[in-house]
Amino acid sequence: MNSDSLLVAKGISKGFPGVKALSNVDFSLRKGEIHSLMGENGAGKSTLIKVLTGILKKDQGQIYLENSLISPASAEEAKRLGISTVYQEVNLCENLSVAENIYIGREPKKNGRIDWKEMYRKAEVLLKEKLNIEIDVKRTLSSYSTAIQQMTAIAKAVDTSSGVLILDEPTSSLDKSEVQKLFEVMKNLKSRGMGIIFVSHFLDQVFEISDRITVLRNGQLIGEYQTSLLTRNELVSKMIGKEWIEPLLSQKKHAANISKKNFLMVKGLEKKGSMNPVHLSIKKGEVLGLAGLLGSGRTETAKLLFGIDASDNGTLVIENEKIHSMNPKLAIEKGLGFCPEDRKTEGIVGELTIRENMMLALQSKRGIFNYIPLKEQKKIAEKYIKLLNIKTPDMEEKIENLSGGNQQKVILSRWLATNPSLLIMDEPTRGVDIGSKLEIRKLILDLAAEGVSILFISAELEEVAACCDRVIVLRDRYQIGQLEGEKISVKNILELISEGAGVVESVHD
Amino acid sequence: MSQFMIRYTQSKLFWPFAALVLLLLINFFTIPGFFHITIKNGHLFGSLIDIMNRVIPLLVIAIGMTLVIAKEGIDISVGSILAITAAAAASLLEVAPLPYAILFALVIGLICGLWNGILIAYLKIQPMIATLILMTVGRGIAQLITGGQILTINNKAYEYIGKGFLLGFPFAIYIGLAVFCIVLIVKKKTALGLFLESIGSNKTSSHFAGIRPEKMILIVYIISGICSAIAGILVSSNVSSADANNAGLWIELDAILAVVIGGTSMRGGRFYLGGTLIGALFIQTLSTTIYSIGIRPEMTMVVKAIVVIAVCLMQSGEFRKLIRQSSFKKKVNEA
Amino acid sequence: MKKISHRINENNIIIIATLFLIVLLYGYGSLSFTGFLSMQVFLNLFIDNAYLIIIATGMAFVIITGGIDLSVASFVAFVSIITASLLEHGLHAYLVILLTLLLGIIFGAGQGYLIFRFQLHPWIVTLAGMFLARGLCYLISTESVEITDNTFMFLSDYKLYVMGENYISIGVVLSIIFVAAAIYLSKYTSFGRYVYAVGGNVSSARLMGLPVGKTTIMVYTLSGFSSALGGFVFTVYMQSGYALHLMGMEMDAIAACVIGGILLTGGAGYLIGPVLGVLSMGMIQTIIMFQGTLSSWWTKIVVGFLLFLFILLQRLIVIRRGKKRMHSIADLHTDSASTKQHASIS
Repeated sequence: MNSDSLLVAKGISKGFPGVKALSNVDFSLRKGEIHSLMGENGAGKSTLIKVLTGILKKDQGQIYLENSLISPASAEEAKRLGISTVYQEVNLCENLSVAENIYIGREPKKNGRIDWKEMYRKAEVLLKEKLNIEIDVKRTLSSYSTAIQQMTAIAKAVDTSSGVLILDEPTSSLDKSEVQKLFEVMKNLKSRGMGIIFVSHFLDQVFEISDRITVLRNGQLIGEYQTSLLTRNELVSKMIGKEWIEPLLSQKKHAANISKKNFLMVKGLEKKGSMNPVHLSIKKGEVLGLAGLLGSGRTETAKLLFGIDASDNGTLVIENEKIHSMNPKLAIEKGLGFCPEDRKTEGIVGELTIRENMMLALQSKRGIFNYIPLKEQKKIAEKYIKLLNIKTPDMEEKIENLSGGNQQKVILSRWLATNPSLLIMDEPTRGVDIGSKLEIRKLILDLAAEGVSILFISAELEEVAACCDRVIVLRDRYQIGQLEGEKISVKNILELISEGAGVVESVHD
Repeated sequence: MSQFMIRYTQSKLFWPFAALVLLLLINFFTIPGFFHITIKNGHLFGSLIDIMNRVIPLLVIAIGMTLVIAKEGIDISVGSILAITAAAAASLLEVAPLPYAILFALVIGLICGLWNGILIAYLKIQPMIATLILMTVGRGIAQLITGGQILTINNKAYEYIGKGFLLGFPFAIYIGLAVFCIVLIVKKKTALGLFLESIGSNKTSSHFAGIRPEKMILIVYIISGICSAIAGILVSSNVSSADANNAGLWIELDAILAVVIGGTSMRGGRFYLGGTLIGALFIQTLSTTIYSIGIRPEMTMVVKAIVVIAVCLMQSGEFRKLIRQSSFKKKVNEA
Repeated sequence: MKKISHRINENNIIIIATLFLIVLLYGYGSLSFTGFLSMQVFLNLFIDNAYLIIIATGMAFVIITGGIDLSVASFVAFVSIITASLLEHGLHAYLVILLTLLLGIIFGAGQGYLIFRFQLHPWIVTLAGMFLARGLCYLISTESVEITDNTFMFLSDYKLYVMGENYISIGVVLSIIFVAAAIYLSKYTSFGRYVYAVGGNVSSARLMGLPVGKTTIMVYTLSGFSSALGGFVFTVYMQSGYALHLMGMEMDAIAACVIGGILLTGGAGYLIGPVLGVLSMGMIQTIIMFQGTLSSWWTKIVVGFLLFLFILLQRLIVIRRGKKRMHSIADLHTDSASTKQHASIS
């Protein structure tokens, strides 16, 4: 073990029912270094962090802090040992002042009463010295921007931590200058000998700030690399990996079926703070892919199209009709359908049955008083249970009780029942067993052949390459390029993602 | 056998129904003549008829409340709306014919519901807080209408609604049944039930599926307002007067209790109109039982308090966990 | 001196509005009615509402954590009747007072325990508490019971003279002490700050390692205690115990909190607020009394209308806060200078 190693984890394994979230992962953090933890969704980053901070109990493995074995049983205990964490969502109380947020629970006291003056003074000194920020610490946290709130959380973490600071996606809601500011703070802390674990989806930032990078994929350690010796391209392919060769590749796309007419056209649609202007069009019967890493703006684009998030700029045209203000109900009326990424909280209605879940979109399209008779409902449900091979004893089973893949098929049925012209599918195959995965992909191709347009979003690039007629590549919430026909390949998409930095700057700034 | 038992005991309606049956059994053994029904002048009389007659205002309000709670809301202004509509109907009866008075009361109920709905749907005020306003102001408005007095009603046709008999049964029972059936039909024959349960269970998913919560909120509070108006007519015609202070006092609490006993969760989602019916009957039977057994009627409130907590504890996941743990420990110890 | 505009912010705007309202009402009353301006009329506001001030202040703690306590009015009635009947049975007055205060603490702690331990809805639990307390009243006596105990008579008749002929009661003194203690508690003790943290964001409070459970149980205990103390003050004031005392007063207490700027969504408000809320409601009552021709139910309507206005005001503040946050996130990507009016990152 290295003498300057601060936090070392060896052979960490953690399983959840049905999933092996981490298997035999090693990780080491040195004093005075910034160490990035990289990986796509489900790679095991957050599980590893939760194990290190005592929120989750590991199944196997050891954790050493400054060469002594530790096994924190709670976040509290980890904090006491000197491991502090700042999460993406600021876990502070907005209604309290900045100073109070830093010191609540350990307020400076004089004669048994809280010494506010001392608290303010200490907070000011802390922010000034450690973070180089000067703000009015008496104001409530809610009166400050997210960046300052983040800084407050970091100040709190730094003040209670002795050596290890974990920053879990701290930059996702910060702008460029604020990110720079954060990096300065990180460098300052690093020079004081602190070890920082940095988690971010932004490649540029990772390359700019970190000394070393550890990559995880599907709960496995892929490797630990010196940042200076790694190229973007290498990093991205390590994160995404080479999946098994598609049995589906044999199933060719039906490019011939694509109509010349645009079904939907978007010009400069944007929502400030979540997605930069998007330009795209989808023809009838076309499968359009949106590719990019997590956090690149895939889901945000889909939500803008479906009217879940209101856009602040740009135009949306569906079949030559300009839509001024989109909302889900209108989207459904216009023939759109949307399978959301987060199936559990945005897709299924857990308490309702399979049949009822399937009816929701069609029923809201028809209106509240135009009730679909039970007989028809049963017929529709039966049809899709058979068509999509949904495994359930009964259509009156609660959807909660189904497996992930079958739940996804029910959500797909919900939209298929509305007979959509454009189906937006956000990660329809994630968390789904391989059998269902293949079935869903086949369904996409079949639908396209019938003339339905598909907007297909997936983190698995092989899947995108296999299914799509055209692929739009996103990065860091910018649309950076497009691939068509023969040019669509995992390699080309990867190249665009990792080397498109220049494009973004020149086109959109 | 055990499969069969599990199936039935897991049904949401099983426990409230069992409790009601148990209560009736207690009455059967302790109160002679509890199930005795006599016929006088072609009208049925007896404790059971009495319970059925008295429960109607509560039932009607609880039905409205069921829909509101299914949508994760609550309406604590129902008692005040009842008082306002009772006062409105009674005062209009002095100058206008019966149909106008009834229509007027219903419209007032609708307006009250609309007011609550707008505050909740469009101003996004929490349901408890929004309906608190009308709850506070309502009784004042009712007194304004009655001029601070208890208005007596001298209209035989109006009194028939709450006191009359039809085919041997009290007329109010028919109204209660009608409201129950109408709402049941609306639930079964429109998408209202589906949408309410969907929003109450998962707001985000419902929104993504194109269901607009604002419209549903308006609808349920309007229904609740109209139900309260019907209850207002029933109560005022039954006692031939409109009392701004005491008409429907605390009925909101009984109504919420009836809904919760009936198996509809305060967290929204699935709702059970049949359960609410049983819940309302349970509460009324309880009151009547306490009265008939000879326990001082004052006990009712204490018993209700204990029942509320017991029912809520049964629904609480934490409590179930505790029970399961202790029974598990027992099993371990026995083994 | 700081600019006034700087001093007015969303935290104190409601308090300022309430103060303004009180001045307005007092000014209107003084100009319209002779005798309104008298010192004693003003002091009577405190004498008549001392119990409500105590109860609303206790309730404020509960509301700041994001909860509610509906049992307060029933518990006051319970205290009044149990006091009266125990005195009738010859128990010593001070023992009775001690006993009722203890009962209040146990009652409140029980409610708090049920709410926290089993995650029950505070409205439901305290509703049951309301039933229970009222039911127990009826069990003790359905009649009004006069209090003839000497100590209580003495306490009731005691007049503390301030500024010449004018006087206040023991209850007023108690209520002032209580409010002062509450303000101290909220501002200078860890418990007080935890109350705000829990109301601001429970999950954050938990993640920061604050004792959420203990705080929740404590606020309901405090509210139970304040109901008992308020009950004592009220019993002394009324000189009787009656099961029907103060029907619906819990809504007055809640209204006082709302008008006094305690946000019903929790996490915000000053403990001086409920007093101001009670005073403005009392002022309305006094004006209607002086007016003579208006009936007392106008109080309910006017208070309800005020409640509506203040809830709307609260709502606007929350909306504005949300808008501002959205802006600050949006602006980050366009013009970061404009969002940093308050923050200068050096």
